[in-house]
Amino acid sequence: MKPGHGEVLLAEGDPGVQEDEERLVEEFRRQLDEGMWAAVPVTNPGSGRREAQMVKRYTDIPPDSERVIFFPRASGG
Amino acid sequence: MLLALLALALVALVLAMPLVQRRLDEWRARRPERARPAADATLDLELYDPGRERRAEQRARELLRSCVNEEEWGMYRDLGFIRVSGRHARRDIDRGARPAYAYLVYPHKPIVAYVPESGQLLSEYCVEFPDLTGSGGRHRLPASDDVLAKWMALTSDEDRVIRRANMHLVGRQLDPARVRRDLWRLAEWERRRGNRHQVPQSQR
Repeated sequence: MKPGHGEVLLAEGDPGVQEDEERLVEEFRRQLDEGMWAAVPVTNPGSGRREAQMVKRYTDIPPDSERVIFFPRASGG
Repeated sequence: MLLALLALALVALVLAMPLVQRRLDEWRARRPERARPAADATLDLELYDPGRERRAEQRARELLRSCVNEEEWGMYRDLGFIRVSGRHARRDIDRGARPAYAYLVYPHKPIVAYVPESGQLLSEYCVEFPDLTGSGGRHRLPASDDVLAKWMALTSDEDRVIRRANMHLVGRQLDPARVRRDLWRLAEWERRRGNRHQVPQSQR
């Protein structure tokens, strides 16, 4: 999510392909270095609720995730 | 008659803006390097695109819809806010039953905490997601992205977002009467939907 623009596609690829994964990892790190938060929308296996899971490392991303959403970190308004 | 002509002229102007911008870009690209004034290199005149924010909001709505469940999406579409259950319970026996508290998430307004059982308003949490790209904070997220960001932050790490927010009693930014009216609208909306769930955050 980019202020003023909304959703912007940063990178896409198949994590199973080494070249794609390197690109995805690089973009993931870049976004976190810029101070963004990363979250993956998931369904809680216990409750069945929809919720988000924050990810701080690329390896934290659930394997079956289709996307990671980056958004500016929250601050007091 | 004059008003109609003015309105037509305004519409024509708005419709012509993308074309003008494209022509201007082409003209700039054709200009020889030496003909450009020195200041031109630093002066970035971005013409206002009246459709950009609308398109961004449309994309944001689709993104929000794809992330939340059907009930939450319907709530946002019909009422303009989403309810998120609080994760903490007052007592162990409260766990699994109706949540002790919940939040109302509005676009570009504070998050409101309240007690679903009694409707008591607890506090409002002012939180924003500022532009980190260095553009001087001129822009903000589209409304639906702001709601999604709050939803993601609350459902993934409630404590962190609440710690970062500025907490006030309800009434600092939001009119308590309006929030109570929204709670009534929510109850009516749920009644109409025939939703008898005790746990507000629906399940898929």
